[in-house]
Amino acid sequence: MSKTMQLLTARCGKIRPDSVADYIAHGGFSALKKAMNMDPMEIIHEVIDAKLLGRGGASYPAGKKWKQLYEIEGTPKYIVCNADEGEPGTFKDKVLLEKDPLSILEGMAIAGYVFQSHDGYIYIRGEYREIQKLFQAAIDSAVRANYLGKDIMGSGFEFNVHIVSGAGAYICGENSGLLNSIEAQTGRPRVKPPHLAEVGLYSKPTLVNNVESFACVPQILNMGGKAFQELGVEDSGGTKLICLSGNVNHRGTFEVPIGGVTLRDIIFDPEFGGGIPDGKELKAYHLGGQSGPIGFPEQLDTRYDHTSLKKQGLSIGSGAVVVLDDTVCIIDYLKKVSEFFLHESCGKCVPCREGNRQLYMILHKFANGLATEKDFERMERLSFTMATASSCGLGQSATAALDSCLLHRREEFQAHIDGICPVCLNSRKYGDQYAY
Amino acid sequence: MATETLSRERVLEIIEECGGDKEHLLSILIEIQRECRRNYINEASARVVAEKLDIPLVKLYDILTFYAMLETKPRGRYIIEVCNNAPCYVSKSHVMAKFLRKELGINFGETTPDGLFSLQYMPCVGACNIGPVIKIGDKVYGNLNEDRIRKILNELRENAQ
Repeated sequence: MSKTMQLLTARCGKIRPDSVADYIAHGGFSALKKAMNMDPMEIIHEVIDAKLLGRGGASYPAGKKWKQLYEIEGTPKYIVCNADEGEPGTFKDKVLLEKDPLSILEGMAIAGYVFQSHDGYIYIRGEYREIQKLFQAAIDSAVRANYLGKDIMGSGFEFNVHIVSGAGAYICGENSGLLNSIEAQTGRPRVKPPHLAEVGLYSKPTLVNNVESFACVPQILNMGGKAFQELGVEDSGGTKLICLSGNVNHRGTFEVPIGGVTLRDIIFDPEFGGGIPDGKELKAYHLGGQSGPIGFPEQLDTRYDHTSLKKQGLSIGSGAVVVLDDTVCIIDYLKKVSEFFLHESCGKCVPCREGNRQLYMILHKFANGLATEKDFERMERLSFTMATASSCGLGQSATAALDSCLLHRREEFQAHIDGICPVCLNSRKYGDQYAY
Repeated sequence: MATETLSRERVLEIIEECGGDKEHLLSILIEIQRECRRNYINEASARVVAEKLDIPLVKLYDILTFYAMLETKPRGRYIIEVCNNAPCYVSKSHVMAKFLRKELGINFGETTPDGLFSLQYMPCVGACNIGPVIKIGDKVYGNLNEDRIRKILNELRENAQ
């Protein structure tokens, strides 16, 4: 029996992405029609009942976010879709943007109706240039067919969607950094409070949700919030797009009902990862993106839902699952993760800017067999400082992977102090700067 | 169509074509860079943008130096960007990176003497399912091996003639 579910991906590959006719033939825009005959608060209740947790990585309850914005006074209100998708190992928004762009637009239009907003923005990362063009074609088709733009479906309601391009900055995936970027500034995040619902784009009340979150909205309206919730588990409804990459047989995007599969299924089931290639063994897996925790074989039977994973110190995050086999040295991998955050830190706050730099240097010491016992304490202190005192989510979660390895695989670090890591000895990495 | 430097008129045209306002600043800058044969934004172009969009020049340089896709120094005709983030690394990107260094005879951050290729690292572009990945212009190439890379480079060399 299949463990996948085709909810968000039902139309992908089956329709011309920018064709309104195709979209409607596959059930598209029925949710928008329904929504515009509902009271905004009714719609918000459906989203609350759906138990939709944000699909971008932070997993913030979408219904709660919508209710908060609804209760805030101020016009205009803006609807912003975060299509920056910068989290390494994540490529699922790409699938929706390329293959079912109208579902995202429908979700944004429904949000526009709820908040009586007339302007939506979708911030698409600069590297997805061809996708930006395709998405514009989808917008133009929707406008021509009166599902976007002025006088939607003859209702008098107007909602326009503007595409804004990124230009290569992971930190612009942080919602307030993203808004700053739209405002023609550098994408450095803001201090919060005030939250974006109060002071958002151009200082106006703003909703920012991920691509996949918006794609869930028409589904919720069509089947009802309760039905959406029941696809998943009690505290997290619906399906999740997961992205498999790394040392696994089948790399790609899959859709699973939340809680309907285990980590073991995701990595080993032939329907998903299909196991580790080349006769290698599983060493670990990195969940949710670079900012997520690393899991190990002993945790494989955990159900893939927010609460079950949290109990194991793991998380869904963006849905990324990067599989590592036994040719990967954990320290070497953590060095890579650290390098990423060092590069992507916006530099504004000391804990993140300097913390990432110091951690990178300490990990280098471990990699080169030059670390000592004292370095454990240094890393733990740095991690604590960064998690507590960083100004935004980047610094706060940069050490998630490191923390999970210190907790579950301290012996790997010890092996480097003692100069006996089998992987490194095998590939003669000790003392070799491995510069390339 | 790539030119050595962009005229003031062309920069103003690009600003208009891309939406004509600050919201489209990054699109404008990316387009200016694309049209420049050496894949960068020179000071003259930056000044036109700053003046037209009413952004202080130093603030524009804050933006130019912040975003990784934007470059303020001249580079090669084709920028070969190699992903060196974790998912591609685990898919052996370093092997491919080493091969590219050898094949082109340059290090990362450098340009070949004929001005044709520049080699640099780039962060994840969401193609981890076909990693290791390189990007040249807007095109992403995955599932690479030495033969495929040689073929791509040769096609570009022919194109350039």
